[in-house]
Amino acid sequence: MSDDLLRIEGVSKTYKGGVVALHPVDLAIRRGEIFALLGPNGAGKTTLISIVCGIVVPSAGRILVDGEDAVVNYRQVRRRVGLVPQELSTDAFESVLATVTFSRRLFGRSGHSAYIEELLRDLSLWDKRDAKIKDLSGGMKRRVLIAKALAHEPDLLFLDEPSAGVDVSLRRDMWKLVHRLRERGVTIILTTHYIEEAEEMADRVGVISRGKLLLVDDKAALMKKLGKRELDLTLVEPLAAVPTELAEWHPTIENGGHTLRYVFDATEERTGIPSFLRRLGELGIAFKDLETSKSSLEDIFVDLVGDAK
Amino acid sequence: MNLHGIWAIYRFEMARFGRTIWTSLMVPVITTSLYFIVFGSAIGSQMQQVSDVPYGAFIVPGLMLLAIFSESILNASLGIYMPKFTGTIYELLSAPLTPLETVLGYVGAAATKSVAIGLVILATAYLFVDLPIAHPLAMIGYLVLVAVAFCLFGFAIGIWANGFEQLQVIPLLVVTPLTFLGGAFYSVQILPEPWRTVTLFNPVVYLINGFRWTFFGTADVGLGISLIVTMGFTAACLAWIGWIFSTGWRLKS
Repeated sequence: MSDDLLRIEGVSKTYKGGVVALHPVDLAIRRGEIFALLGPNGAGKTTLISIVCGIVVPSAGRILVDGEDAVVNYRQVRRRVGLVPQELSTDAFESVLATVTFSRRLFGRSGHSAYIEELLRDLSLWDKRDAKIKDLSGGMKRRVLIAKALAHEPDLLFLDEPSAGVDVSLRRDMWKLVHRLRERGVTIILTTHYIEEAEEMADRVGVISRGKLLLVDDKAALMKKLGKRELDLTLVEPLAAVPTELAEWHPTIENGGHTLRYVFDATEERTGIPSFLRRLGELGIAFKDLETSKSSLEDIFVDLVGDAK
Repeated sequence: MNLHGIWAIYRFEMARFGRTIWTSLMVPVITTSLYFIVFGSAIGSQMQQVSDVPYGAFIVPGLMLLAIFSESILNASLGIYMPKFTGTIYELLSAPLTPLETVLGYVGAAATKSVAIGLVILATAYLFVDLPIAHPLAMIGYLVLVAVAFCLFGFAIGIWANGFEQLQVIPLLVVTPLTFLGGAFYSVQILPEPWRTVTLFNPVVYLINGFRWTFFGTADVGLGISLIVTMGFTAACLAWIGWIFSTGWRLKS
């Protein structure tokens, strides 16, 4: 059995009129991982997962789920895939239980299942099972969509912008749920432009912009590889400008001259910090505090997407 | 075959019907009663028998099909249009369903409603007229066939439509006029030339007369040609739907 549950090979999408939504994408998703697809609005995230789920017809390429072609063997493949869409698209007049049972049956499973009760309890929806969807809050509707996507017990789950329009509490609950699903062996692909979400949950990260998959890497490796560290020195006396003697370190003045910032590559053997501090001493620039910080995934993302433009 | 999937769609659609069951059933009952009062009693009492059939009984098959046509198109088109409108179509498109299974679920439910409404109209008719049915099994069979054909047509219209207005265009501007001009309330034989010949180009004439034959054992056109036209219309709708699913037209981007 291959380690890859999903393989996307040369998949592209060009709409009528020539608009290229997706340049050829090659991507392999490992069994049991949480993969975050990061990108700004209109980057092609939803197009890519819509193609995998059979909602959008690709212009080229093929998709394999556990070795089975998603077009040729679409019945077998789709039974294994669940999708939580970005939009809160629901049947307003249906009850929670009815709509989740509908989804389970639609994907070829019997509607009578203790699993549905367990699922609704898991998502704090059991008490609302007889409520009409139109009467639920936005956050509860989002939970219903998750329940519908999980109703047929998929082992590959797509979460398209799961945190869009939900409050902090529900977001945390969803993160916990995603981790629980992963523990059960569900492979999860989430698209998001909330970097915090990817940083919190993902094992691996893909960055997509303008229809191009810019990179795919382990989150930790990515942050190590592309991450920068910053050394902030709080000065005793503010500086009006960076002294020319410090030019080789390219420091910047922040906070109205009260902070001197030196950005360095943490992966380099020589960070330049000792020589920088020594030079400051020689110039008589005193500091009363120092602090180091590492760049977040957000910084890396902004750099990558900015470079791609 | 994904029987659970077909059943899910069928139940969902029947539940939608159930939510509006009183208006769904009472509207055709009231409309039929009004037709009987106006055409059957007020006008019909002044008219001779048509092909040895009392006028009040003569119009029953046409009245039933008038409702079947519009209800079938409306129910089937709304069934598939609503998921497009609300965005829930994503679930249907990503489900392990073949086009045939999808059509069985939607068209099966819409046809069930149409046949139920047709039978309610028939029952209402018995309150006003004596109505012999010469070939009851054939009547039921023809009723189901016409309901399925127009539900298929409605299903395709629901996919084609880009708004609620478009859902109404074909039933109101094409089907209803063709039904009124297709011998629903009169025999084609009483029309003067050239209108009689012109009327024979209206396919609805054959549908109504085929159905009328099952009641009275006689009609303006032969049963064979009525069946051929009905089957041909069904086949054309199936071909249209088959093409829609094979290309993803107005379903998938």
